[in-house]
Amino acid sequence: MNALPVDVTDGWTLGVIVGLSLVTVIARSFFFISDRDWPLPHWAQRGLQYAPMAALSAVVVPELVMSQGELVTGLDNARLWAAAVGVAVYYWRRDVLQTIVFGMAVYLPLHIGWGW
Amino acid sequence: MFWDARLRAHPQFRVAVRDFLPQWPGIAAWGLMTGVTMVKSGMSVWEATAMALCVYAGSSQLAALPLIAAGAPAWVVLATGFCVNLRFVVFSLHLRSYLMHLPRWQRLVAGYYSTDNTYVLFTRRHPEAAQAPEAREAQQAYLAGLSAFNWASWMAASLLGIALANFIPPEWGLGFAGILCLLGVQCSLASSRLRLLAAGVASVVAVLVYALPYRLNIVLAIGAAVLAGMVMEETRRRLPGVRS
Repeated sequence: MNALPVDVTDGWTLGVIVGLSLVTVIARSFFFISDRDWPLPHWAQRGLQYAPMAALSAVVVPELVMSQGELVTGLDNARLWAAAVGVAVYYWRRDVLQTIVFGMAVYLPLHIGWGW
Repeated sequence: MFWDARLRAHPQFRVAVRDFLPQWPGIAAWGLMTGVTMVKSGMSVWEATAMALCVYAGSSQLAALPLIAAGAPAWVVLATGFCVNLRFVVFSLHLRSYLMHLPRWQRLVAGYYSTDNTYVLFTRRHPEAAQAPEAREAQQAYLAGLSAFNWASWMAASLLGIALANFIPPEWGLGFAGILCLLGVQCSLASSRLRLLAAGVASVVAVLVYALPYRLNIVLAIGAAVLAGMVMEETRRRLPGVRS
């Protein structure tokens, strides 16, 4: 990579970027692209109550307990400590911003300082 | 959407901005690191800028980078992007009832601007789709406010990240602020035992099948958690003595 001149823009990559933009629109609009009426059954409406929580957990928890595709079992895991403090701060202050600030205050020293 | 001055002048637009503020540092840090990571993966500044401005999907951008760098076929990159975005297909099923009264092009625009954060904040404040015209306008103004500020925060941070790429080492791990942000939103959603059950099922499944390609583990985890929530809800309805 270092041998290549910096800042080469190629058409193939730009094409993939256009394709990914269309993917964004199609995925996010999937069920309302069509004009046809498509009433949602009651069971589906109930089920969707759980979707946001499920999606967030599915994204967040592997980030906390896994590294390079492997489960991290040791306690030298800066992310887990930061998340624990973040959750505690949330239930203490009920504030997402403070969750981030206190979580990062735990994460950065452990991660950069100790190399966890 | 937010180019409509009437929606921008609506009080709900400002309510949305206020609700969005706690998400701001997380979005900004996450966008910053995505900007840095795009350039560090070997993209040119123009490619990274085009990707930030057009794709507007952090997780699909980050998933596409190693594939683009490795010269994977375009369809693999696009299919990967779609699978990482599958959660939005689920969200679109939910958002449908809020948007179907709009013309198609406005729905597509609203879809393009919807993200994890705007979806969660929007459905948290408006659990039911409005039917009356004034109530619909209030919901649209709220959604426009969320979309505008989420987009502006993400873009400013991404472009800053692209510009600063050579000065911020990715090893700092500032992107973790994005995870902490999602974690805080999770806590705010944990309003019932069934939702906690859904969180537990999704977490376990996402870790167990993590090795699946294209982040399909996320899709399976959502499916399993939604199913578990619905089955438990049904069981509780049939056994009224069971505590919720």
